[in-house]
Amino acid sequence: MSAPCCSSKPPEPSCCPAASPEVRVLTPDWSCADWWGMISARMGSCRMSYGMEPGLYAMGEPTADSPVLVTANYKLTVDVLRRELGGRDLWILVLDTANVNVWCAAGKGTFGTAELVQRIAATQLAEKVAHRRLILPQLGAPGVAAHEVRKQGGFEVVYGPVRAADLPAFLDDGEQATPAMRRVEFPLGDRLVLAPMELRHSLRPILLVALALMFLPVIWHGLPDGLGDYGLRGVLATFVGWIGGCVLGPALLPWLPGRAFRVKGAWLGVALALLLALAGVARGAVPVLGCVLWFGAGVSFLLMNFTGCTTFTSLSGAKVEVKAVPAQIAGVVIGLLLWSADWWM
Amino acid sequence: MRYLPNVVTLRLDEAACVGCGRCPEVCPHTVFVVEDRKAEIADRDACMECGACVRNCPVGAISVAAGAGCVAALLSGTLGLKSECCCSEERPCE
Repeated sequence: MSAPCCSSKPPEPSCCPAASPEVRVLTPDWSCADWWGMISARMGSCRMSYGMEPGLYAMGEPTADSPVLVTANYKLTVDVLRRELGGRDLWILVLDTANVNVWCAAGKGTFGTAELVQRIAATQLAEKVAHRRLILPQLGAPGVAAHEVRKQGGFEVVYGPVRAADLPAFLDDGEQATPAMRRVEFPLGDRLVLAPMELRHSLRPILLVALALMFLPVIWHGLPDGLGDYGLRGVLATFVGWIGGCVLGPALLPWLPGRAFRVKGAWLGVALALLLALAGVARGAVPVLGCVLWFGAGVSFLLMNFTGCTTFTSLSGAKVEVKAVPAQIAGVVIGLLLWSADWWM
Repeated sequence: MRYLPNVVTLRLDEAACVGCGRCPEVCPHTVFVVEDRKAEIADRDACMECGACVRNCPVGAISVAAGAGCVAALLSGTLGLKSECCCSEERPCE
């Protein structure tokens, strides 16, 4: 009878390859499924289940001296990372963050000291590399205490650049980050890529308002007059406000007046209401006044909800902004009543 | 882009600081500078209260009430709903 691996007999050195945790392979290329996955995640479908197996991965042919990069198990994060690191030999240690990106997971503590220390042990990283340095994304820092990782896990933490695109330059420059690599920006593309999620999150209340503005005048005036004269304009206005708060607001963010998002949104809403008046969608003094009111309040609310997607808003600031909610609700309700005055009065 | 002035809770105990340089390394908004082995807050209003500096300060010289600057999460919390903000728990899949 052949002895099973690791029986009571002292094991041969080559005995137990299965006992060593698996090292998987990553390549830089994106498949069709990867592209489709990115689009789906950005649109918000199954975003929270778009993950991959945590553990140690090899890119190229890493040796005991190759650098070790740490990241989160949100698949889009790993995909961007491997795309930027094509042609290099290195290790990638993927932490279990429940499929959430590095920065958000660090804020929650799932990209954290405990998970990192545990993952170093589980992957037997200390036996695979001769050095004791880990490169972490800088945005992982809210969850990871570098001095604790050294104490508990035996590895030195080096914080790399904020963006994966800067990693090649960082690695080639002796693992030194320039001040620009350390700063978080929020350029137009980064703001717009979030628009689908914003539209999706506000879809239900917007549809409710649009349906109410379409059918209430029909109930009041009968079908042709109610719909043609009032209902369709109400629906059009609602969708202009929705696009304004969820797409135009984020796009125009640096140029809208004020610091607070509720102020920026209010200005944008008023401007859109006046444009609707010029275009003849809002007609008559009272409905135009109503339009200014419900657009100012409504777009202010929508844009205020964008704070959580940005890279520079603070919790203390959000607590100040949120006090505007009662005024915003009052503005939308009174504004809608005035806007509809031409058919119910 | 800059957010509201004079609201952030960031504080630094300069006497306790050992000048290790971690806080400017982890801060995404260049809030800290280190001069003569002492950190100082150069731009408090740029702070977004992410808590990276506090977590990585080896001597506990920094404090901040850290959290996501997210109105949607605050509102959901107030209303007792599950947040739909990027930095909070979500429904797993629709």
